[in-house]
Amino acid sequence: MLARDNQDSLRRTPLYDLHVSLGGKMVPFAGYDMPVQYPAGVLKEHLHTRSKAGLFDVSHMGQLRLRPKSGKVEDAARALERLVPQDIVAIAPGRQRYAQFTNADGGILDDLMVANFGDHLFLVVNAACKAEDEAHLRAHLSDDCIIDSLADRALIALQGPKAEAALAKLCAEAPSMKFMDAGPHKVAGLDCFVSRSGYTGEDGFEISVPAADAERLAKTLLENPDVLPIGLGARDSLRLEAGLCLYGHDIDTTTTAVEAALEWSVQKSRRTGGARTGGFPGAEKLLAHFDQGAARRRVGLRTEGRAPVREGALLFADETSGEPVGKVTSGGFGPSLNAPVAMGYVPTALSALDTKLFAEVRGQRLPLTVAAMPFVKNTYKR
Amino acid sequence: MTTTLYTSDHEWLAIDGDVATVGITDYAQQQLGDVVFVELPKVGRTLKKTEAAAVVESVKAASDVYAPISGEVLETNEALAAEPALVNSDAQGAAWFFKIKIADKSELGGLMDEAAYKAHTA
Repeated sequence: MLARDNQDSLRRTPLYDLHVSLGGKMVPFAGYDMPVQYPAGVLKEHLHTRSKAGLFDVSHMGQLRLRPKSGKVEDAARALERLVPQDIVAIAPGRQRYAQFTNADGGILDDLMVANFGDHLFLVVNAACKAEDEAHLRAHLSDDCIIDSLADRALIALQGPKAEAALAKLCAEAPSMKFMDAGPHKVAGLDCFVSRSGYTGEDGFEISVPAADAERLAKTLLENPDVLPIGLGARDSLRLEAGLCLYGHDIDTTTTAVEAALEWSVQKSRRTGGARTGGFPGAEKLLAHFDQGAARRRVGLRTEGRAPVREGALLFADETSGEPVGKVTSGGFGPSLNAPVAMGYVPTALSALDTKLFAEVRGQRLPLTVAAMPFVKNTYKR
Repeated sequence: MTTTLYTSDHEWLAIDGDVATVGITDYAQQQLGDVVFVELPKVGRTLKKTEAAAVVESVKAASDVYAPISGEVLETNEALAAEPALVNSDAQGAAWFFKIKIADKSELGGLMDEAAYKAHTA
């Protein structure tokens, strides 16, 4: 029933000792020894984040800086546009945007956040992809940019309706920030990069802090009774309820942004007829999906019963048909909905809201309905 | 007088005559975390020792519960359908999974008593 992994070669974040002292149950994740939950448990941690505030250690993620050799940030933005289908030039100073590195097939090598810090760009990428991402940037942008890996920084997410009040005590500018604002700010007197964003669907912040100060900052935030430490288990159930993609599961090298229902993240300026159309890896394929449609699409799925439908479950058009039409890419139990939630890929013809499908779970076909995402309304401060 | 025995897969069996009541141990529920769904075998199904008999799902994952011995399922705990969290609050009491008619008493010989199980999970 239970398995243990070899934990010998796992890396630790600057908050490792704090996790252990808080009773975190440590598990291997993306090469790091990370807390999957604390003594409160996934359910309580999830609900606490939605009602008060949760503190997440996301220091395993990669933080990178792109400095333009010309000294002009537009040149770094233009260079990065060679690797992503987003309009990076249009990101105003102090703002952040969601992006994807594409491959030659228009698939997704990784998804990331890009912020304009005035004289350089600041990137946050997934832990499992960070070495490849850095190599990819060096291989393609070194003529135009100096690429710095900020491995000496930790990353702390503070999420939930009480996040603003908790951070305001340590950072006077926090309350005036809007969703996707990002920039250098002092937090508790420390040189931090703060963005108003996250991975839970809640209002909240991500705070990049020098590694040496990370534990002190986390402890200061945790002194607030509204703030509890939250593990990776609740991070996953929170992002799933928010309809957010998990790289390597819901999006990967075989899915395009159109198939993944991420059209909103590709600005018109980079699409067919736009001012800077194409010019990124796989542009032909991705733009063809924009112009002609894709054969499959990521959708939200709700079950009728209480049984969770998990990643890998095959999807069928009816109760008895032989051939699967798709597959669940993320699925589990949504504590805020008190019901199972899932997402997966289906033929575009079966992607309309309220389409009835079936998932095969332990040899049985369970009825599902295509449902709107996010499953839980987001509370971003726009 | 009932005797409680344990498997290395963290199930418990309370033996009363030729009937065994089966559940998962407190240690197992702690490892699983918050239980959100339990799937039980159908009454009347004949289970073979070690076959998957039930499923217990936490927020994060699904885990099989194996038949610790062979026999026919006599009764299942319907309370778990309405309140899966009972598994967390009372794993070795109110959250029993099913009762099974013991087909072969010799199969009990391979199970652990409480002291052996405690040593197993220490």
